[in-house]
Amino acid sequence: MAEENTVSDETLSPRAYFERSCAAGNLVFQRDAATGRAVFPPRVVAPVSGATLAWEVSAGSGTVHATTTVHSRSGDAYNIALIDLDEGFRMMARVDETAPHDVRIGLRVRLRMQRDGEDFFPVFVPSGEVR
Amino acid sequence: MTHALRGRTAIVGIGEAAIPLMPPGSTPIDAMALAAMAALADAGLTLTEVDGVFAAGLQVFMPTLSLAEYLGLRPRYSDGTQIGGGAFLTHLNHAQAAIHAGLCDIALIVYGSTQRSAGNRFASHAEPNPYEQPYRVPGPVAAYALIAGRHMHEFGTTPEQLAEIAVAARQWARLTPGAVTQGPLTIADVLAARRIAEPFGLLDCCLVTDGAGAVVVTASDRARDLQRDPVYVLGAGEAVSHRGIAQMPDLTTTAARESGARAFAAAGLAPADIDVLQLYDAFTINPILFLEDLGFCAKGEGGAFVAGGALAPGGRLPVNTNGGGLSYCHPGMYGIFTIIESVRQLRGGLGARQVANAELALAHAPGGYMSSQSTAIFGTAATL
Repeated sequence: MAEENTVSDETLSPRAYFERSCAAGNLVFQRDAATGRAVFPPRVVAPVSGATLAWEVSAGSGTVHATTTVHSRSGDAYNIALIDLDEGFRMMARVDETAPHDVRIGLRVRLRMQRDGEDFFPVFVPSGEVR
Repeated sequence: MTHALRGRTAIVGIGEAAIPLMPPGSTPIDAMALAAMAALADAGLTLTEVDGVFAAGLQVFMPTLSLAEYLGLRPRYSDGTQIGGGAFLTHLNHAQAAIHAGLCDIALIVYGSTQRSAGNRFASHAEPNPYEQPYRVPGPVAAYALIAGRHMHEFGTTPEQLAEIAVAARQWARLTPGAVTQGPLTIADVLAARRIAEPFGLLDCCLVTDGAGAVVVTASDRARDLQRDPVYVLGAGEAVSHRGIAQMPDLTTTAARESGARAFAAAGLAPADIDVLQLYDAFTINPILFLEDLGFCAKGEGGAFVAGGALAPGGRLPVNTNGGGLSYCHPGMYGIFTIIESVRQLRGGLGARQVANAELALAHAPGGYMSSQSTAIFGTAATL
């Protein structure tokens, strides 16, 4: 039986591929080759179907599914949200460029890749879209 | 057809220790050992009779090994299943099967923690989630806050209804000797407390204490020869749905639907049969979701169901009759205490907090971020 690569670059783990993509400004996810279902977070095999996975780059548009304002011990308040990307996967992230209390369920957001030293990670900002 | 395990095993000993605080420098195994000895004394059994060991913890990587060494146990069956705070109810499910299959005779299920006395030295062996790490997730509270916010959005659940859970728990705690917090508490107090992760304030969140609990399980035939009235295991069920909160299939419906249905099917019972419930209340949204998902009210109606002191002493349904994780104790993982309070209620004689004529009790606990769900149903001899 022929072996199939489950990631597009066989030299990188799913996590390393994700991080490298973030550094290039891209939020990537995977798609189940058998069902077409979007898969996140990245892994080496598709859940349920056991099929192979192909990487795709998200357009970065999504909707806030759930949100909370966290109050830290040092006194600052910040957002944590679950974002439903339009491609059909959900991820934890943060909505910036607005007060934490103004992040509402249903808010349309778009990706802004955040840099923290050597690390890059996805955050979102209000897109101004009404839907 | 009656389920093969219905009533085949019983809880014959219970023990608690270390609530709310262990002496400085204590280890979680010290706390576990104290609870284990209390449970064995309650059962009238000795360490050498224990041949099954079940344990899980946040501070101890291999707790069944550590406890066996500490107490000189030589178990022929052990189970360190770690699925979060409800692990001990799942241990009970596994223990009843192991006992019925002849793989062990006397099962000891133990939890112990020095979460409070360890303070800043508390170290969990949980692995970080790299896809959540950048967002400064302050532990489980944020995940449960996302769930609560979603429940409010979909069903109109209110902060006052969440606060009802904390107030009812406190009213039960005021009737419970040894409960860690016993001062008066109002809905206004809960709403005015310092915010932690909205919609939760400090009083929507469980306590942080030390503590340990243990239960002894054996075959019902053996149980009838021991010193305490057996509390029979009528049914148990478990379910797993996800790990991280972002992957929970539906934030407002938990896998308690599955674990509960399995437990009720095994017991041959329905929610209306249950006299008293212990629902792990790490946060105030939890009992609301569990009442819905276990079938005590319809989906989305949990908030209205708990309003007006419905779960408090004298209310329509006695829930968390020791004060729960919100007011009795909460040493990191609370599941073992849902078993212990169920047993106490069915043994009877609890004074002011005793539920009258309690014959059937349900214990339920989640693990992780509503990731696992574990349910058990207990009965007195009259229910066999």
